[in-house]
Amino acid sequence: MSTIPNVQVGAAGTGPEIGLVEELQRRRALVRDSARRSIRRRRITGRAMQVICLIAVPIGVAPLVALVLATVSKGAGALSAGFLLHAPTPPGVPGGGISTAIVGSGEIVAIAIALAVPVGLFVALFLFERPGTIAAAIRFSADVLSGVPSIIIGIFTYAVFVERFHHFSNLAAGFALGVLMLPIMVRANEEAMRTVSVDLWEAGVSLGARRSRVARSVVLRGALPGVVSGNLLAVARGVGETAPLLFTVASPTFAMTLLIFNDATEPFPDAQRTAWGTALVLLVLVLILSVVARMVAWILNRKAR
Amino acid sequence: MRRDNEFTDPTSGPTTNPQTAVVSRTGQLARESRESKVRPDPGAHGAAVTLEDVSITFGEHVAVRNVTLEMPACQVTALVGPSGCGKTSVLRAINRLHDHTGGTVRGTVRLGDVDVYGTDVQPEVLRSRIGMVFQRANPFPTMSIFDNVISGLRFNGVRNKRLLRQMGVAALHNAALWDIVKDRLNQPAHRLSGGQQQRLCIARALAVEPEVLLMDEPCSALDPVATAKIEDLIRHLSSEVTIALVTHNMFQAARVSDNVAVFLLGEDRVGELVEVGPTARVFDTPDDARTKAYVTGHVG
Repeated sequence: MSTIPNVQVGAAGTGPEIGLVEELQRRRALVRDSARRSIRRRRITGRAMQVICLIAVPIGVAPLVALVLATVSKGAGALSAGFLLHAPTPPGVPGGGISTAIVGSGEIVAIAIALAVPVGLFVALFLFERPGTIAAAIRFSADVLSGVPSIIIGIFTYAVFVERFHHFSNLAAGFALGVLMLPIMVRANEEAMRTVSVDLWEAGVSLGARRSRVARSVVLRGALPGVVSGNLLAVARGVGETAPLLFTVASPTFAMTLLIFNDATEPFPDAQRTAWGTALVLLVLVLILSVVARMVAWILNRKAR
Repeated sequence: MRRDNEFTDPTSGPTTNPQTAVVSRTGQLARESRESKVRPDPGAHGAAVTLEDVSITFGEHVAVRNVTLEMPACQVTALVGPSGCGKTSVLRAINRLHDHTGGTVRGTVRLGDVDVYGTDVQPEVLRSRIGMVFQRANPFPTMSIFDNVISGLRFNGVRNKRLLRQMGVAALHNAALWDIVKDRLNQPAHRLSGGQQQRLCIARALAVEPEVLLMDEPCSALDPVATAKIEDLIRHLSSEVTIALVTHNMFQAARVSDNVAVFLLGEDRVGELVEVGPTARVFDTPDDARTKAYVTGHVG
């Protein structure tokens, strides 16, 4: 590779004028040559990366597709109106359903939502409005909490609720799920609030509004699409949890995930069919939640425009 | 002062630029060549950009249509006009940025005698001949000041360390930034002020030794002092690079450009080129009534 003398074309008093033009041409030729000579290598690298991406996509998608296919093919046979509406029967007795599990899961999730959503919202508002050491500490503990294995949340709830009151209940299960969902909601809410630009906050405050009013009418309103979809996704996550329920729910027939675990490990074909059917119902519910979350966000976003 | 006159009366645009305050050989050269109307040989020293009947559409929406325009080599051509009339779209058609943003370019764009949209053209190689500076300074945030400057060279396969160093330093000199950054080349770029960041972006573009420099409202986010520095730089650089400058500022166009292309919105809300010519001529005696209204500040 040729080298060039260190002549600054724009600098004062360097080199004869004729030399400047030649110098410029040399530099240009140099970069152009390099661009042309390297383009083949750069294109090959680029292509190779594209190929890797193309290979990675099916590998990443395949487990999901296989999972859905397996669940549908094994679970679809069990589905019927009776399956959804009837209570479970003992193994061998036909006509059983999973109604108690659906209702139980519904109750547990409703309790979890009632506990976690308001707390999550206010904690996030605090983090947003009062940045500082305390906020940082809370944010950090939320991150830690969201990484805690759900089985530990389960045993904690068992110690706090079940052991103390000598009583398994959906309330305890709802509490456990709420604890599980809370950190996810806090972080999602705070992220959503951060997308509301500081300009808007300043505009609200400088109109004479109280901070609480700005938080409600500007920050929360602006963050609403993100808040709603973030919370729904946290709920979708919680619906599928099993470990916290193991310690808290009175009977495996009172929650879908427990029912799946219980029936799938039984030796009776009927029970296994029920497990797959329940798995399919749960999968569809979670899918619906995720779709609703996206749709709500989309609709609210569009309204804002 | 002449400069003050320009500020109050944009219609008396200058033929020669009075404010190339930085005296240097190339600045001298530029002024002399401007005064004597002798241009360096374009093929050897920069390339003219020619647009023939160019229309740019985004899906159904026609942004600008039937633009025929020549940007002479080693001159500053200002594209002026109100917002949304397609100036930036035209600029981005020159280095094929619309390839990636879903815009469709019809008509012919030529760089020198190369058809920019020709089938045998490699966009990457083409773009190494055309630098671009954007509205907001956009140095790469993860790179140091110096790594920003030589990033284009690296992208284009230059690996020789000594060469990178030399060309980076030269580019910083050319962007009038060397004295400011020479002691902190390894600091992150975002520590520079807004105007310095913009000059860093100019240095980054210059390091690849482009023949054409596209500038999309490079001063719109800058204060008057930083703006004046960039304008000095534009005048300075035009002795070796063809410059296309999009600006909202009539006075800026009058101060730095050799030629002005005036874009306005047509009756059906599509951008059109209404007039193009030497800056003084367009500002003093515009052919088109709409141009006159616009440049004298009655419309827009």
